[in-house]
This record gives sequence, C-alpha cells and structure tokens, in this order.
Amino acid sequence: MSTSRDVVLGRIRNGLQRTDMEETLAVRRVGHTLASAEPNLVPARGSGDLEERIATFTGMARAVLTDVRRIAAWHELPALVGQYLREHNLPQKLVMAPDEALDRAGWDSQPLLRIRRDTAADADTTGVTLAEAGVAETGTLCLASSDRRPTLLAFFPETSIVVLPAADVVASYEEALERYSARHDAPPRSINFVTGPSRTGDIGQKLELGAHGPRRLLVVLIDEA
Amino acid sequence: MQPSSLAFKDRARAAMADPQLQHSLDLLKHGWQAGRTRAAAALPEFEALRDEGRNIKDHVLGHLDLYLEAFEARVVEAGGHVHWARDAAEARRITLDICRDVGARSVTKSKSMIAEEIGLNEFLEVNGIDRVETDLGEYIIQLANEPPSHIIGPAIHKTIAEISELFQKNHGGERITEPAALVAEARRVMRQRYLDADVGITGANFLVAETGSIVTVTNEGNAELTHGLPRTHIAIASIEKIVPRLLDAFTLLRLLARSATGQDFSAYTTLLTGPKRPDDRDGPENFHVVLVDNGRSAMLGTALQEMLRCIRCGACMNHCPVYLATGGHAYGWVYPGPMGSVLTPGFIGIEKAHLLPNASTFCGKCEEVCPVRIPLPKLMRHWREVQFDQKLTPTTARWGLGLWAAMARRPALYRFATGTAIRLLGLWAGRRGAFARLPLAGGWTGGRDLPAPQGRTFMAQWTRRKNR
Ligand code: SF4
Repeated sequence: MSTSRDVVLGRIRNGLQRTDMEETLAVRRVGHTLASAEPNLVPARGSGDLEERIATFTGMARAVLTDVRRIAAWHELPALVGQYLREHNLPQKLVMAPDEALDRAGWDSQPLLRIRRDTAADADTTGVTLAEAGVAETGTLCLASSDRRPTLLAFFPETSIVVLPAADVVASYEEALERYSARHDAPPRSINFVTGPSRTGDIGQKLELGAHGPRRLLVVLIDEA
Repeated sequence: MQPSSLAFKDRARAAMADPQLQHSLDLLKHGWQAGRTRAAAALPEFEALRDEGRNIKDHVLGHLDLYLEAFEARVVEAGGHVHWARDAAEARRITLDICRDVGARSVTKSKSMIAEEIGLNEFLEVNGIDRVETDLGEYIIQLANEPPSHIIGPAIHKTIAEISELFQKNHGGERITEPAALVAEARRVMRQRYLDADVGITGANFLVAETGSIVTVTNEGNAELTHGLPRTHIAIASIEKIVPRLLDAFTLLRLLARSATGQDFSAYTTLLTGPKRPDDRDGPENFHVVLVDNGRSAMLGTALQEMLRCIRCGACMNHCPVYLATGGHAYGWVYPGPMGSVLTPGFIGIEKAHLLPNASTFCGKCEEVCPVRIPLPKLMRHWREVQFDQKLTPTTARWGLGLWAAMARRPALYRFATGTAIRLLGLWAGRRGAFARLPLAGGWTGGRDLPAPQGRTFMAQWTRRKNR
C-alpha cells in the first residue's frame, strides 16, 4: 500500500509531467536555488548610513505606534525604564531576559524595580528583552529565541520593552537575518519580526491595540557599543 | 462547512437589502481598499516586487514535489514531524490523532483558512476536543456559530452592537459597548484559554524549504501565544504554501500586508524552525506540520495552476464590486470573492458552485490588485466554459457567456462594457425586476429601488451593430 506521501508526490509529478531530461534539470535547478544566497529585490527605503537608518527606523516605528527612545549609554537604561513605568501607571515590576548583555545596565540603580529573570508568566505585567536587530524599512524589530532570550517576553505581558543597540539598526529583514547567521550556526526555534504593538480591527473595523500581545511597545535605542 | 453556493442569488439579494452589512462593506472600501492604494503608492518597488512574487510562485509550482521533499527533510532534521494528507478527511484525522496522542482536552487555534476548508472545527468538536479560536474575529464568529465572511477579517460583517451582545451572552456580566473594552474583555477571557491549552493549532502563511521553517503572520500576536504556550504545536498548511528560501518569503511578505490591509508589514511575522531547543525556556516540545493536498495537485498542469500562486491576501475581494455588494456569506463556502469564485468550483464541484464564476462584472479590478498577478477573470471564464460545456449554466448566465464570447472577439467593445455593472444588473435583477442597491454606485441607498435595465442591454446593442 502506498503512503499518502507517495500519493501526493505522485499526483504532483503527474500534474507536472516532466520528461527524464527535465527531471534532471529540475533537480539541479532546485539544488542550485536552495544553495543560492542571491538576494531578491530589496526596497531602497531602509538603506543609508547608520544615522539615516536610525531615522527611518524611528519614523516607521512611531508610525505604527511604537514608542521609540534613544539613550547614549547602558547605565541610563534602568532610570528610563522606571520613568516609563511611572508614566503609564504600571507596577515597578519586570520580567527580564536572563541575558548577561542586560546586566551591564546596572539595575541596582533603581531599587524600587522588582526584577525576575525568566520567560514571562501570567502575572507578569512588563517584559524586557533584547533585539537581534532593528529593520529600518518598516520600523520592525527582529527578535531571536534562545535560552537567554525567551520568546514569550515580548508577547505575553501587556507591556513590552525591547532594547536595541543602535549599531544593530539595519536596512532590511534580509540584513537582520544575515546578522543572526553571522553570529550563530543554525536558525533558532523562533524568529519574531515585530512591527508595533498588538492590534486588531476585528471590532467594527476600528483599530484597537493590545488584542492578545502587548498593548504598549517601547523600543530603547542605545548608542554605546 | 456545508457548501451552499447554489443559493448565491438569493443570498446576494438579501445581503444587498441589509443596511448593516452594507455599512460594514463600505468601511472596507475606506479601510483596506484605500490602504492598499496608499501602501502600493508609497513603495516605488511595489510593481517590481509583484513580478518577483509571481515568478517565485511559478518556479515553486513547477518544482513543487522537490521543494516539499526538501522542506520535509529540514523539518525532520530540526526535530519536527511532517504528515501528508491526501484530502480533507485525512488532514482532520491526522490532526485529531496528534491531539489524542498527547491526551489533549483543550486546544487553542489561530485563524487558518485551510482549517476552515477541511472542516476541522466541527470535527474536533464532535470528537470531544474543546477548541477556542484566538484570532478575535474568528472568536466572534465562533461565538455566533457562523462561517467567516472574509479571509482576512472573518467577522467584518458583525456590528459592534452584535459583538457586544454576543460577549454578554457568552461571558456574562455587564453589557460592554466600547470597542476598546470589548477587546480587553476578549483578552481577559482568552488568557486562561492560552494557559490551559494542551495543543496549539495554526496555519502557515509560508513554508520555507531551505530551513524547514514555517511562517505565521498576525496583527494580534495570537499566533505566537497559540504556538508558544502549549506543549504541542500543529501547523496545517496546503502544499502550495512552500517557497524555496527565506529570501523568497520576504519578497512575498513585502506584498502580503500591503495588499491585504495597507500596512507596510503586519505587526507579527514569525519564522518557526522545529520544537523547543533543550535549553530554551519556552516553546512547544512537539512540532508537527500537516501538509494538505486536498485538490491542489489536480490543479497542476491545468488552466487553474496559476491560482496556486494565491497568498490569501484578500485584495481581490476588497476591490471586487460584487463582493462589496454581497459580502462573503453569499458565496456559500469558505473562500469568497474572486479567488473563491475560482477555487470553490474546484473544491466542491462545479455543479455545486456554477453560479460563482458568473458573479462577476469582469471589471478586471481583482487581477489589477492581485499581488501575484493571478488572472482571476480569465480563470473565472475558464469555469464558465466548463459549465457551458456541461450545460450547467442557468439560462441567464448562458446568455451572459454568449455575450462575453461575442465581446471578447471585439476588444474595443469589451473595454467599453467592463467597468460597468450593467450585465450584472441584468443577471441579478432576475425575477424581481428591481434592484435594491446598485453595487457600483455608493450613493444609492435601500430607500430607492432602481429599475433593472430593460431592452437596450449591451447584448442588444451588439446585435444591432453586428447586423449593420
Ligand atoms: S487571488 Fe490574489 S488578490 Fe486574491 S487573495 Fe489570492 S493573492 Fe490575494
């Protein structure tokens, strides 16, 4: 008895009707395509030098209601986060990616902030994580999962704070993935491209934020390398 | 979902006499239709991207077997499982078996047109699996026990008042009428369901052969909670969703949101590759992909092959004068609008859907906006020819086809006729002889009936010209 796999693949081959010669060429073509890193057309919009990319990123991100702030140094981060939480009347409580890159901010400077380092759970109100890159083209964050950067931090809590080193603002989604592949051997379980807070138009076609994912999204750009 | 596409005319008439539905459809014009125009104009490369998108899809379809095999190998390498389903029944069975294997009682599901197509929802219910839809629109129609009326916004036909009533009936408590409060209420109810779910079921916008990844796209973030919280994730995808490389997925992603809602990019685009890694702190332990044929392979090598390029953006319906007059339910099955008029006869049989390819003004707008340049009017005409051969066509439509054939031989006259609704009116006014609402003239309201065109139709004009 043939398996469903054989049946489906057989039907496809039947529909395509390749000759033996065409078959050989097709196999070669597919192998070639899969091995090729030749880029497709990438819109020019995101390109430019770093400052131009940051300007485009910021403009595009704000257009989709992302809050974007820029600071010079890591040590300014805790105060900015504390201030942001106060602005929005949110509890001084964070669930933060257990990534040592975030440690250099020196969170002790904000003694009122209660910080848990793990993935997000139901009771967490604000999640903090790090972006792999920012994409200027559409003001999009690129997040990659790992043991130190759990995915749910940017999805489960109602407020999402994402730290983005300014030097990691790239032109396109393609470049964001290139950065990742230059730093890692294999794709992570999950790569999230995030463009603004969660939104829905499902109630009377009116735009509402915070459908399931975050209602608020703050991106903190840090200049210090 | 039991198809009822033969009732198209009656449903269309009822829809056009429904002022609330007409209001929702008007919103669509100002919202997504206008949004697409703006987004396309704002990106100089948009037309070139459409060409690339079409070429990528054509290339994939010509090598579909090989890319599916490559995809399968990568998924397995990443620690996932691939299942092949010949048809809807097998796809349902596979999905249920996975749920049973992991002892699932509660399932979250993010919006998936293929799940609608294979009738997964009712099947899971009948088999004792408690399922909740996580896309807000899909949740609303689940509560209302209705099918989706649009492939992107399944509940666009529902008014705020109707949603408010549904929520009170199902959630109890005070009557809420503010959209923001309704969204907050849904969020609260859904939270617990996310946490309780044993299995999360999603569709996939794309499958990537290069890496064995699946791509999900949402604005709400519901897909991420659907596949990110439970221990088991099942992604159901039809075989034509495959693209060669991640780079190719980006080309199509640049087209998808712009064409669908006028956004430059949807809020959440996620690439998933395999299950949770040993050290990860979240993510599903089991990752399954169900590849569904259900009639696709039979379209290869036929006139309908081009339809397999469809990326389900909904632009063709957002711009279709017929859809915008009747809404999605009139079409009587899962896929409405021009793409539905081409797909539905293939899936449920032309004899059960022969009215749909006739529900067109052949104005060409759908093809004009389709991001992957599917010649939808040509494909609808293909079905009209098939049904003409099978003598399935009702007399009025046979008349219409004769008209089309005559016109197609005279391009100038054809151009003159397309873009008007006159033939549509002739067809639809039918027995009643008067039309509740002229689909192409937004200014007309339910208060004033328009007489159906009599006598001097294009057919009559054409006959006179020919005789001259
Ligand atoms: S046929 Fe084209 S326009 Fe219609 S949903 Fe498919 S891709 Fe979009």
